[in-house]
Amino acid sequence: MNTANPPLPYEISENTEDGTTIRFHGRMDSSNAGSLMEDLSRYFSQNPPGNLTVDMENVTYLDDFGALVLVELRKIAVKGNGDFNLRHPGEKIREMLMFLRFDSLFKKVSFEKKRRQGVFVRLGEKTYDILNDIKYAVSFIGAITLSLGQHLVHPKLLRREDTLDYMQKTGVDGLPIVALISFLMGLIMAFMSSVQLEQFGANIYVASLVGLSMTRELGPIMTAIIVAGRSGSAFAAEIGTMKISEEVDALFTMGFDPVGFLVIPKLIAAIVMVPILTLFSDIFAIAGGLLVGVFMLDLTAGAYVAQTVNTLTLFDVFWGVLKSGIFGLVITWVGCLRGFQVSGGAASVGQATTSAVVSSIFLIILFDSIFSVILRYTG
Amino acid sequence: MGRKAIIEVKDLEVRYGDAVIFRDVNFKVYEGEIFVVLGGSGCGKSTLLKSLIGLLSPHAGRILVDGDEVIAEDEDGLKKILTKIGVLYQSAALFGSMTVAQNVALPIEEYTSLKKDAVDMLVKMKLGLVNLDGYGNHLPSELSGGMKKRAGLARAMALNPKILFFDEPSAGLDPITSAELDNLLLHLNRTLGTTMVIVTHELDSIFTVASRIIMLDKKAKGMIAEGNPRYLRDNSQNAFVKQFFNRRA
Repeated sequence: MNTANPPLPYEISENTEDGTTIRFHGRMDSSNAGSLMEDLSRYFSQNPPGNLTVDMENVTYLDDFGALVLVELRKIAVKGNGDFNLRHPGEKIREMLMFLRFDSLFKKVSFEKKRRQGVFVRLGEKTYDILNDIKYAVSFIGAITLSLGQHLVHPKLLRREDTLDYMQKTGVDGLPIVALISFLMGLIMAFMSSVQLEQFGANIYVASLVGLSMTRELGPIMTAIIVAGRSGSAFAAEIGTMKISEEVDALFTMGFDPVGFLVIPKLIAAIVMVPILTLFSDIFAIAGGLLVGVFMLDLTAGAYVAQTVNTLTLFDVFWGVLKSGIFGLVITWVGCLRGFQVSGGAASVGQATTSAVVSSIFLIILFDSIFSVILRYTG
Repeated sequence: MGRKAIIEVKDLEVRYGDAVIFRDVNFKVYEGEIFVVLGGSGCGKSTLLKSLIGLLSPHAGRILVDGDEVIAEDEDGLKKILTKIGVLYQSAALFGSMTVAQNVALPIEEYTSLKKDAVDMLVKMKLGLVNLDGYGNHLPSELSGGMKKRAGLARAMALNPKILFFDEPSAGLDPITSAELDNLLLHLNRTLGTTMVIVTHELDSIFTVASRIIMLDKKAKGMIAEGNPRYLRDNSQNAFVKQFFNRRA
């Protein structure tokens, strides 16, 4: 026993006619229940008690932790086929034990979760959930289209300040990170391709490669992924939190269309700002490539820029911008959709945010593939 | 008086920026009593509660909880104080991703060395104490408002703290549920001897449970009354106190 702690408040007298008697005194509460239980179960594992009598005459205070000690002692006695007797409990202690329903605390309690369902039930449930999810996603597209139509007919419905605010959050605030990442991408691409092209003396084509691949493919994709991570997640978290704090319900009962109020400003902001960010991304990527071209490949800045301009057509730039507009739409659609699907508590908001980003990135890549196929067969 | 003061507040002053919320607040809470902090909206009741439980540093003054200084305490000191108190928040603040039983078991598993079986038995007893038998496996979102409050109470008293703090315990409850909660508080106070500090403005509740009250006032920026609620209702000379107890605009 730990000598630093006060002695535990009990004495054991053995070999009376009744078997073993324990006399507790003082307080039996949360401060000593743990040590009491440990001490007594160790003692009784070596000296089985037979019939166990617990004398409570000198116990001044008992709480549920104290009662837990009695429950454990009763368990020990019953296990050894002995009887358990409680002697002289004071009035307060009797009241506490009654309050705790001590006499009914026999069975082992377990708060284990319910057993998991069989594999087929779970498979069915999951399929059902996915179908429901698709149904909701499609109906959400319908709701957005309807609301957009209303806004086109009545432009005054648009919440201009919110739209400008989201434009700033999605576009202006996102510019530094888009610029930095694109610049580095251009730099890396130029560096990696120069290793190969240098062997053929084709250094100048680094400019074409960087310019074309960034404008057509990587610029829109990288920008969209960054916007999905920054703004798509924020949309989902914002609407999700509003949903669980009943703010969305409040909008509805005040006669607002929650989709028009919450989604359309974000949608317009994203459709306008993602293409602009993509243009910036193209410029910064070309600047990154230029840096490698000038300082590592002995190209002049003029030659690099001229080669880039010669390679790129206006169609390439517009194609990238068009794609990024669609990506902006997809990001907002998924972000808001996941936000509206939130139910329950804080954990659900976290899930919605994760899901918004993952679904957005998947859809961005999917749509990009579709665009490539379209271009292959039409262009 | 022979009673032991378990909370002592001396010359407390709280400001938000330059705005003084209250100043010169002095009172004692004695062991085993149900102490109610009253006042109109915006008088600083919740701010006072936050100061008492260490969530907010006051501008000036001292707060002693069971002899330990709340304000000057370092992290370890504050942790020691926190094991002596339990708080029932207005929205119950149950963790939504955990079941009721897991919510109640959390502090017990963290601060005691009890085995899993014993913890589960204790959780069952706690849930029994607050009349939530059989709801251990429910998620908080599956409970009604009154049940959430009771589950929050079971978690607040998981370690049988010496003092329980309540922030508007009857807010959002119907009169019957609210009265049941009052009875539960009285019963727990009597059987476990827990000191309770309640912030509220429910008059019925105050007359049922309070041993003593203090009243804060926004205009006076401080305490305007202290004592037995019935005595204050019938004898106070302060206009605001009279107005408050007699529900006059």
